[in-house]
Amino acid sequence: MSDLDRLSLHVPEPAVRPGGEPDFSNVKIPKAGSVPRPEVDVAPEEIRDLAYSIIRVLNRDGEAVGPWAGLLSDDELLAGLRHMMTLRAFDARMLMAQRQGKTSFYMQHLGEEAVSCAFRKALNKGDMNFPTYRQAGLLIADGYPMVEMMNQIFSNESDPLRGRQLPIMYSSKEHGFFTISGNLATQYVQAVGWAMASAIKRDTKIAAAWIGDGSTAESDFHSALVFASTYKAPVILNIVNNQWAISTFQGIARGGSGTFAARGLGFGIPALRVDGNDYLAVYAVAKWAAERARRNLGPTLIEYVTYRVGAHSTSDDPSAYRPKTESEAWPLGDPVLRLKKHLILRGAWSEERHAQAEAEILDEVIQAQKQAEGHGTLHAGGKPSVRDIFEGVYAEMPPHIRRQRQKAGY
Amino acid sequence: MTNSRLTYREAVREALREALARDKRVFLMGEDVNRYGGAYACSLGLPAEFGDERVRDAPLSESAFVGAGIGAALGGMRPIVEIMTINFSLLALDQIVNSAATLRHMSGGQFSVPIVIRMATGAGRQLAAQHSHSLEGWYGHIPGIRVLAPATVADARRMLWPALEDPDPVIIMEHATLYNDEDELPADGDMSVDITKAATRRQGSDVTVIAHSACVKKALNAAEMLVGEGIDCEVIDLRILRPLDDETIIASVRKTHRAVVVDEAWRSGSLAAEISSRITEQAFYDLDAPVERVCGAEVPIPYPKHLEQAALPQPQSIAAAVRKAMRR
Repeated sequence: MSDLDRLSLHVPEPAVRPGGEPDFSNVKIPKAGSVPRPEVDVAPEEIRDLAYSIIRVLNRDGEAVGPWAGLLSDDELLAGLRHMMTLRAFDARMLMAQRQGKTSFYMQHLGEEAVSCAFRKALNKGDMNFPTYRQAGLLIADGYPMVEMMNQIFSNESDPLRGRQLPIMYSSKEHGFFTISGNLATQYVQAVGWAMASAIKRDTKIAAAWIGDGSTAESDFHSALVFASTYKAPVILNIVNNQWAISTFQGIARGGSGTFAARGLGFGIPALRVDGNDYLAVYAVAKWAAERARRNLGPTLIEYVTYRVGAHSTSDDPSAYRPKTESEAWPLGDPVLRLKKHLILRGAWSEERHAQAEAEILDEVIQAQKQAEGHGTLHAGGKPSVRDIFEGVYAEMPPHIRRQRQKAGY
Repeated sequence: MTNSRLTYREAVREALREALARDKRVFLMGEDVNRYGGAYACSLGLPAEFGDERVRDAPLSESAFVGAGIGAALGGMRPIVEIMTINFSLLALDQIVNSAATLRHMSGGQFSVPIVIRMATGAGRQLAAQHSHSLEGWYGHIPGIRVLAPATVADARRMLWPALEDPDPVIIMEHATLYNDEDELPADGDMSVDITKAATRRQGSDVTVIAHSACVKKALNAAEMLVGEGIDCEVIDLRILRPLDDETIIASVRKTHRAVVVDEAWRSGSLAAEISSRITEQAFYDLDAPVERVCGAEVPIPYPKHLEQAALPQPQSIAAAVRKAMRR
């Protein structure tokens, strides 16, 4: 007999489960301003440590500090705050609408508003995002009408997608927002392909791919990194690490890797980790990556460290798998409150103006909702025609689909 | 007009050459398509003419190069993606079925995916269970894509360009046993082909034999065997597996009153089953005999020649089915 112990399987477990005291002491948070800002043409191997740190700009006192600070004006920051507040108010109203049966399904962004809202401002018109289902801030920050989003959520007679997609799976070519895929990670490689096309055409546009921590386990994630690395495609590869993939904690997908960002290192792709709840840091890092792409220096991988405060979707109850108070213990705070504090410190904002803006925004969301509900909701009012399901399967309708449509009575 | 004699392989290469020359948005991407010339040598010599950027070796990941091709098509290019053999396309099924085929519909018409995916298909080259599939029927099941199966040198030469002009995703199935086939083609002149229509390869009055891809040749051989028995077969080459051209099939069956469907794929749930069902739905009262099917045996395709051939439709088995339909 061998003197070795018998084998046993390792299954990663989160630090705390329901009933326990939330504990994020394992999340190492560097001081704001402490991570250097390299030149965009830096060799990837010189910045390997950025994949293990966290780039932060806003400190505890609300000051913007360090080499990644100073990129945005008061007006730009005020607009950013408004986008995040709008997204939060939009989410709250749509969650309520789901409970009222006006739609069957909803997914909110609570706690993650800075990631998509700030990222959008780092892109130009004509660039293309390949988002997942928790980046509606890309649309809000680009001025896509809320009423259109609601028409899609309610699947009503004005639904731009005509009842052909799940609620919140928006699509807007004009706003650089590619059709959301419910199959995860498929779009990561499509974004790389879109970016390759831009380079082949000698265009100047860049693409952004989006994925969550959980779906980095999909093979499409890894093969997309191979393609991005091989062809040095002008693409930003975003990983939103919000700690939870439905009920699966991030350690299950991360495995023995130190961080998700570190996955980029083996591909020779510069990889940065950023405080996802810090509007200024998200913008600064996204802008850095966008400049690299535009200067034909190739892809950048960014991990946004954030926390999914709400449930995964309206079909999920997180109390089954994590402590109820875990979000309060999250060490990177709330993105809206942090930017608000910073703007007040800059003398550009006040508690009164914030309260007033909240009221105005709520009013805007309610007005949009009234307008959308005028076109119907999932179970009442105007609906897309059955005729529509037969359209758009092909550019030109083939005879068999026409026959099936006619047989259906349309 | 002068004729030139070329193989199916050369016809595919000529079609690729034409596409690359005519439209600078076109590029070919796949495994070993550059110096190696592709697994079936279809792109041999093209890199020297068009450069490495337009005839590009891809990392060995079907889901990734099909996915990247979809992305490039969305970005305004006209990619031709080569998948070495149809079994490898299973690794890209999610990209094909869940993205390429659905995007126009799901996006309310905002995004279209003008990609062409070529793949070698079928048995007969002693490549055993994992490289000999006939999964055309699976692809034929999916709304939103067009599936072409050139069975002749002429179609191999002519189908690529209209496929590239199609704003929707098109899959071209090239049967691996056809690459060495030879035929005379006009060296220049009209290269157009209607990619919505089946082709009648042999006119006949007694029975309609419906086949596609490599089985067309076998059906034509069977028809010749039966001439001596006084049986006159009409042979239809489906060419387009989705959307199926019912009209041509049904018109022929109304004329002959008998039908035999030949399909190399496994019988249960096959394209042959679909065609048989359509004939029954649309021409039942015109039939003088039940529809016969000749399909592949429902086993993984074996390796040695005698076992492999035993699993596939043959002119003899097709002729036997025709006799049965003729009650002989």
